[in-house]
Amino acid sequence: MTKNLRIKSSEYIDETNRISFKFNGKTYHGFKGDTLASALLANDVHLVGRSFKYHRPRGIMTSGSEEPNAIVQVNPGTNRTEPNVRATEVEIYEGLEASSQNCWPSVEFDIGGINNFLSPFFPAGFYYKTFMWPASFWEKYEFFIRHSAGLGKSPTTTDPDIYDHRNVHCDVLVVGAGISGIMAAKNAAKNNFKTLLVEEKNELGGSTIYENNEFNKIDNKAPSEWLKKEIEELKNIKNLEIKTRTSVAAYHQYNYLLARENLTDHLEAKDKTNKIRQRLLKIRAKKVILATGALERPLIFNNNDRPGIMLSSAIKKYSEFYGVACGSKNVFFTNNDSAYESAMSLYNKGINVEAIIDIREQSESKIVKKVKEAGIKIYWSHSIVNTTGYKRLNSISIMKLSNDGTSVTGSKISISCDCLGVAGGWTPAVHLYTQSGSKLKFDEEKKVFLPNQNTSEQISVGSCGGDFKIDEIIKNLNQKLKDTLNINETDLDSIKVEIDQENSKRNIWLLPSDKPLGKTKPFVDYQNDATAKDIKLALREGFRSIEHVKRYTTTGMGTDQGKLGNMHALGIIADTAGVKMGELGTTTFRPPYTPLTFGTIVGRNVGKFFDIFRRTPMNDWHVENKAEFENVGQWKRAWYYPINGETMHQAVQRESKAARESAGILDASTLGKIDIQGSDASEFLNRVYTNAWSKLAIGKCRYGLMLNEDGMVYDDGVTTRLGENHYIMTTTTGGAANVLGKLEDYLQTEWPELDVYLTSVTDHYATASLCGPYSKKILKKIIPDLDLSDENFPHMSFKESKIGNIQCRIMRISFTGEHSYEINVQASYGKDLWEKCIEAGKEFNITPYGTETMHLLRAEKGFIIVGQDTDGTMTPIDLQMDWIVSKKKYDFIGKRSLYRSDTMREDRKQLVGLLTDDPNIVLEEGAQIVSELNQSPVEMLGHVTSSYFSPNLKKSIALAVVRGGKDMMGKKLFVPMENKNINVTVANPVFYDEKNERLNA
Amino acid sequence: MFLINCPYCGERDQQEFKAGGEAHIERPKQPTELSDDEWAEYLFMRKNIKGVQFERWNHAHGCRKWFNMVRDTSNDEIKAIYKMGEKPPSQ
Ligand SMILES: [Zn+2]
Repeated sequence: MTKNLRIKSSEYIDETNRISFKFNGKTYHGFKGDTLASALLANDVHLVGRSFKYHRPRGIMTSGSEEPNAIVQVNPGTNRTEPNVRATEVEIYEGLEASSQNCWPSVEFDIGGINNFLSPFFPAGFYYKTFMWPASFWEKYEFFIRHSAGLGKSPTTTDPDIYDHRNVHCDVLVVGAGISGIMAAKNAAKNNFKTLLVEEKNELGGSTIYENNEFNKIDNKAPSEWLKKEIEELKNIKNLEIKTRTSVAAYHQYNYLLARENLTDHLEAKDKTNKIRQRLLKIRAKKVILATGALERPLIFNNNDRPGIMLSSAIKKYSEFYGVACGSKNVFFTNNDSAYESAMSLYNKGINVEAIIDIREQSESKIVKKVKEAGIKIYWSHSIVNTTGYKRLNSISIMKLSNDGTSVTGSKISISCDCLGVAGGWTPAVHLYTQSGSKLKFDEEKKVFLPNQNTSEQISVGSCGGDFKIDEIIKNLNQKLKDTLNINETDLDSIKVEIDQENSKRNIWLLPSDKPLGKTKPFVDYQNDATAKDIKLALREGFRSIEHVKRYTTTGMGTDQGKLGNMHALGIIADTAGVKMGELGTTTFRPPYTPLTFGTIVGRNVGKFFDIFRRTPMNDWHVENKAEFENVGQWKRAWYYPINGETMHQAVQRESKAARESAGILDASTLGKIDIQGSDASEFLNRVYTNAWSKLAIGKCRYGLMLNEDGMVYDDGVTTRLGENHYIMTTTTGGAANVLGKLEDYLQTEWPELDVYLTSVTDHYATASLCGPYSKKILKKIIPDLDLSDENFPHMSFKESKIGNIQCRIMRISFTGEHSYEINVQASYGKDLWEKCIEAGKEFNITPYGTETMHLLRAEKGFIIVGQDTDGTMTPIDLQMDWIVSKKKYDFIGKRSLYRSDTMREDRKQLVGLLTDDPNIVLEEGAQIVSELNQSPVEMLGHVTSSYFSPNLKKSIALAVVRGGKDMMGKKLFVPMENKNINVTVANPVFYDEKNERLNA
Repeated sequence: MFLINCPYCGERDQQEFKAGGEAHIERPKQPTELSDDEWAEYLFMRKNIKGVQFERWNHAHGCRKWFNMVRDTSNDEIKAIYKMGEKPPSQ
């Protein structure tokens, strides 16, 4: 029994292209060109959702992105479903499904609607006041609130669509393609500015394109006809790019804007596949022209939220643009002339207009006369005091307004109607303007906030700049364009404009009712159910700042960001508190202007592109040999190599035994490598490391510790002197980039006199670390003519050699305590080197080992890992590494801090070894250490930093930092765990081969 | 998102740069001569002004050069950019 309210006269609706879609499970029909909202209205469907707090039935209110009520879930239950979509922005296509949100079990019968009848108990701040006590009940409340609120459902399966990002540069960006935006873009492009025009809708022309006031003329033509010709001409203009369905979401400083271009949302499912759905445009514009238009304001009166109550301008757009009547018995309620244009639009199409209620005393404009001639009843100086109709408006009652507008008098008149258009004036869309950091000023006469102080090269033109009539728009646009583009003439110079002069406006922020305010529901924020009385309550309770009132009442905090009601909220606060609106200021408009999808924000950075990762040249071998991988910084490092279903523990035990008993090989390519050259290279190393470097002979290696200026250990590694003025430094895998950055910082800013050049060569070399008693024999097989004797090639020295034709650098250095070699070749030969080593080592049980075994082997030797055994609060003294801190050097980075009273405290946390009394218990890394079990609160002495079961020692070993640990050797401590206390003894952190005999084994 | 005019490369997006804190704090030439308080002054004490501030910036994902910037922290207006070692512009 749905009515057909289609008026067959719109050129923007393709009636030959009939489309079926589903809303709340029911099939409807619309036409190509319809939005979901216009198609539903054509089927006489107004009720589309429920409000957030009271679950009041709500209908379509607007025709654009400011829509507070018609928030739907698109394609529910599919992998393309999207919540919180405005029905006014969804272009319909065959097969579209949508459903209401925020109602359960259905929009027609909603259990939460009971809140409406309980509403006296739901004042402003209700959620804060009630659900905060008792605190432990919050979880229960939260469940209840979330269940009954249900702001749409996120998709539960993977998004099948592709999203994209693009950088865009232009001389002039024009935001909004209404009459101002089109003329601005046209003139900018014609004057050789590379221009981009973006428009959130799929059609250009804004509201002028369906302007119907016959008394407005541009060059003796109807403005809509005139503008259509201008749009037609845009096609032939060079330098101009136009993007429709593109909404600017954010306007940052320095004219950096983010816009979302919608590419497939209006297409049928079969046409969406393998296409980019949405693209985020990152726009850098030299100049920005904002032509974002204005939003019509509603009026705030009792029960102003029923389905069927809409913005007057929306009714006009549905009538003129979509060819849809929003009701069959229409009434308008206004404080200015614009409602008369909407009324005439319906009247001219044969749709019944019952009456116009006007809070003004009179208006003499031509359009008002026209309405009078049409015989439409006008009630001057009247206000609506109540409305009826639960799921659809069915009547209004009106009364005479007092002269001061604060009360109503006389008798009540009831008018039956099914649609009410409200017109409360216009609010410039200054959201993007303020996002850019620019400042607004309140215009007391126009009752609007207008752009005032620009922070970047930008102008606001048209109604977003405060010009609402075509003559002022053209005149001011012309001047602003000339000023900002530095041009002398424009297309606008010769335009003749005639307009219907509007005589009067009357502004009353909160319209009175015959009932006291406490018994009425004048909604200010429709989505969040904030009423004028909530705002007044907040003021009574002492809130003064607009930002506080906003949060307390939730006004303007919905997905629509209060685009409709914010001005009324301010007006009501100003009136109540007796201050000027200009002094109150506005709330901050934050990006995004309209919601963005997560897909658009992340773009291509999903799946394996989510985070970049690095692989070593040997990676393929590790994969082929079933290594498990570990993330170290951005690197994928081989963690361990399980065979025959080994667990990590089993694999690590096998690998570390092999490394000590026969031979092991580790891919060490990820270690940071910095090439250091220059005549002051030795002096530079002296200043950045704690130990002395001047006397290191060419061909020798040395371990170095690097501190921050605060004395804390920053990084470590072995550096080799390759020549008189040439070193190669290794850093930790994770610290490479930071170390290079820090060294560059000192070189460029503190010591520019030093002749030193740093180059990162991490990616240039692949490194295989060969260790164990047979390492020498294996290397001998690979490079037969290299003298590997201890005399010629001792520990901590370096040789340049060749493996076949491949140049290689070999360092005899060890991180495991075993006799070992680090072989470096050009990265592209890395896998070849690795395979040669494996092949040569076969007879010696060569065993590839990963990072886990490396960590175990070094822990057996008590070698630290910066970042695991240190955390930015450990000095070398804390680490019991006094031996590496030069006493002779006058200065090095961090030296002075080692003599601060705090770093010299005896009771600092210090690195020690820990042995569990039961050798089979392996401590958990991070476990806390205490000396007393019966204390409360118990004093924490420190924590376990590294812990393993050592297959070589056949017992559990651990490193830990313990307060005053240096002097606790042999002391019994406890590691309390959830179910048990573990007894431990403080020990020397070097557990294995304390005399370093194996290095030369 | 600032547009920063690297003195070596020209205008680049902010994401190529790294901020490096307050400028013109010279590392003491003879740290060992300093008292704990004097060293702490160099090590820890930094200004946090609402208004014009002198800062160090590094073109980390570009030429890797350090340079100085005068920025108004209240509105992020970049008032001047100059190379390391150059005299700061007088206000
Ligand atoms: Zn640069």
